[in-house]
Amino acid sequence: MRTEMNNIFVYCEIENGAVADVSLELLTKGRELADKLGCKLEALAIGHGLQGIEKKLAAYGADTVWVADAADLAPFRTLPHAAIICGIFKEEKPQIALFGATSVGRDLAPRVSSALHSGLTADCTSLEIGDHTENKTGKEYKDLLYQIRPAFGGNIIATIINPDHRPQMATVREGVMKMQEAAKPGAGEVKTVDYKKYLKDTDLAVKIIEREMEERKVNIKGASVVVAGGYGMGSKENFGMLYELASVLGGEVGASRAAVDAGFAEHARQVGQTGVTVRPKLYIACGISGQIQHTAGMDQSAMIISINNDEAAPINKIADYAIVGDVMTVIPKMIKSYKQNSK
Amino acid sequence: MKKTLKIVVLAKQVPDTRNVGKDAMKADGTVNRAALPAIFNPEDLNALEQALTLKDMCPGSTVEVLTMGPPRAADVIRDAMFRGADGGVLLTDRKFAGSDTLATSYALSRAIRKMNPDIIVAGRQAIDGDTAQVGPQVAEKLGLPQVTYAEQILSVDEGQIVIKRRLERGVEVVSCPLPMVMTVNASAPECRPQHAKLVMKYKHAKTISEIQALQEDYYTSLRDARPYLNITEWSVADVDADDQQLGLTGSPTKVKKIENVVFQAKEAKKLTGSDADINELMQELIASHTLG
Ligand SMILES: Cc1cc2nc3c(=O)[nH]c(=O)nc-3n(C[C@H](O)[C@H](O)[C@H](O)COP(=O)(O)OP(=O)(O)OC[C@H]3O[C@@H](n4cnc5c(N)ncnc54)[C@H](O)[C@@H]3O)c2cc1C
Repeated sequence: MRTEMNNIFVYCEIENGAVADVSLELLTKGRELADKLGCKLEALAIGHGLQGIEKKLAAYGADTVWVADAADLAPFRTLPHAAIICGIFKEEKPQIALFGATSVGRDLAPRVSSALHSGLTADCTSLEIGDHTENKTGKEYKDLLYQIRPAFGGNIIATIINPDHRPQMATVREGVMKMQEAAKPGAGEVKTVDYKKYLKDTDLAVKIIEREMEERKVNIKGASVVVAGGYGMGSKENFGMLYELASVLGGEVGASRAAVDAGFAEHARQVGQTGVTVRPKLYIACGISGQIQHTAGMDQSAMIISINNDEAAPINKIADYAIVGDVMTVIPKMIKSYKQNSK
Repeated sequence: MKKTLKIVVLAKQVPDTRNVGKDAMKADGTVNRAALPAIFNPEDLNALEQALTLKDMCPGSTVEVLTMGPPRAADVIRDAMFRGADGGVLLTDRKFAGSDTLATSYALSRAIRKMNPDIIVAGRQAIDGDTAQVGPQVAEKLGLPQVTYAEQILSVDEGQIVIKRRLERGVEVVSCPLPMVMTVNASAPECRPQHAKLVMKYKHAKTISEIQALQEDYYTSLRDARPYLNITEWSVADVDADDQQLGLTGSPTKVKKIENVVFQAKEAKKLTGSDADINELMQELIASHTLG
């Protein structure tokens, strides 16, 4: 059996010296799993200008921080980061490796898993430790990583395991796991990576010519009112009235994935299984059909109002108030009515 | 004079999971798979459009669609031909059944090696799995660089392509040497529609299995007369793949458990969009301190 008691690695995304929330969330989860397994939690920090980064990572429970710091390694490019991670993993043989399900993690993790021939599960919504008995052979596995995720359009929840291959790899979206400093900080022992030995010339062949990142800090998690728009809003321009309603009501704007995919709103606003989970006092769903993946992220709201021109839309099954009508006429009326009545 | 490119598009036929709802859910809350139509994976259509755009940019280039799946997945190749692809390959074999993304990527990479393209274009992800893993895994198996989340091809010339990528929090323009793998985002332009002339030309395009199933000499002779109607069909042996790396055996990930998600209904208060209804609702929300 190949269940070596090796460590848990978390790949940390770092932009302009700041660690991404999703990485801190993964460290929080990783700490919990490491305590359960009695192993160490190790963080990978690959980038540039990383002096002192270990302090932040240790606060979230990292025992070890692997640092590869060079101008060539930031901003993120797939091949050099993948080569360094594969190099470290071949030597350290982690039992578990976690990545954010972000633009970076979803690009990088599959590359690494393919090179190491280890299984990878995308967009896990829960990670647990458990045992497994192989049906056919009766072979027993102890302490596997249960990678739990929605599948088949989110209509089923699947538990995935990688019995025979290491590391067991998973990606998790931002906002899905809790982010919490460790009760007892990790040692944060720095291991400087001699990264050059892992790189081939061709690993640097892709060149970044231009890069424009939005400084965004939308926080819909903390909002007491969320005005969320779906594909039924029709356009990015029409989303404008949601911002107006949200600002009048003192709330934030959320979105369904269909709206995010259509470019009506940025991903940070996505509510649902693969977005943020919110629990506001009031959730107003505008032109959102209410598929299970969406409602998973908002059905605990204290009150839900839906505005939908389809009376049979599934959202109405969980709504407290179902306004059957066109968002284009109903929303301006709400803005007007609130302004009049709140005076 | 621009180089002519050999382009391969990776496309998948998927159940239309986006329309799960009304009749696709059984009374017990489980999915009625049979009620879901099989469609061209949406982002693979975005990928096809990028490939056809490349062909427009470099006349004389060829676009071939590679799909792995059951025999009926040939529909995806025909659909692509109706939109401007030159042909395609159906990779089909019972030995592929049960493959996870890694085993799938291995199988695809075997076929791609045989096709020997300059550029491989895939959709970012398929809606039945939503993993976005196959593109990068194929690239790794082939030892090629990858550019994910492509939204627009800015230029392509001898040996290099320049691509705009759409990231969660911004955009990036990158250059990448050929050969390479790109995955295309839903934010890229939609695919051009089927063209009536191409539908006429290719409507009888078939795989060898489809022709044999029909048992009509007509199609065999048609295909002999018009080779472009041939949709190539490859098995595991045709791409010289190692059985050990395919199907369940070749898949490191195993499904331990499946649970159905069950909808629970509660009674909503129905309102119309009338001024009076909205006004009453807003007053109620203010009175109950839900607002303000
Ligand atoms: C693995 C997986 C994970 C997913 N994760 C998420 C997630 O985290 N979050 C998420 O939201 N989705 C998620 N989805 C997608 C989800 O399944 C749905 O596709 C999505 O939520 C639908 O978004 P929508 O309701 O905006 O669009 P649609 O389903 O297209 O609904 C639009 C609605 O607007 C209504 N409408 C149209 N025009 C008007 C009008 N003028 N006035 C009023 N109403 C109008 C329509 O009646 C319809 O009900 C996930 C899917 C998968 C497969």
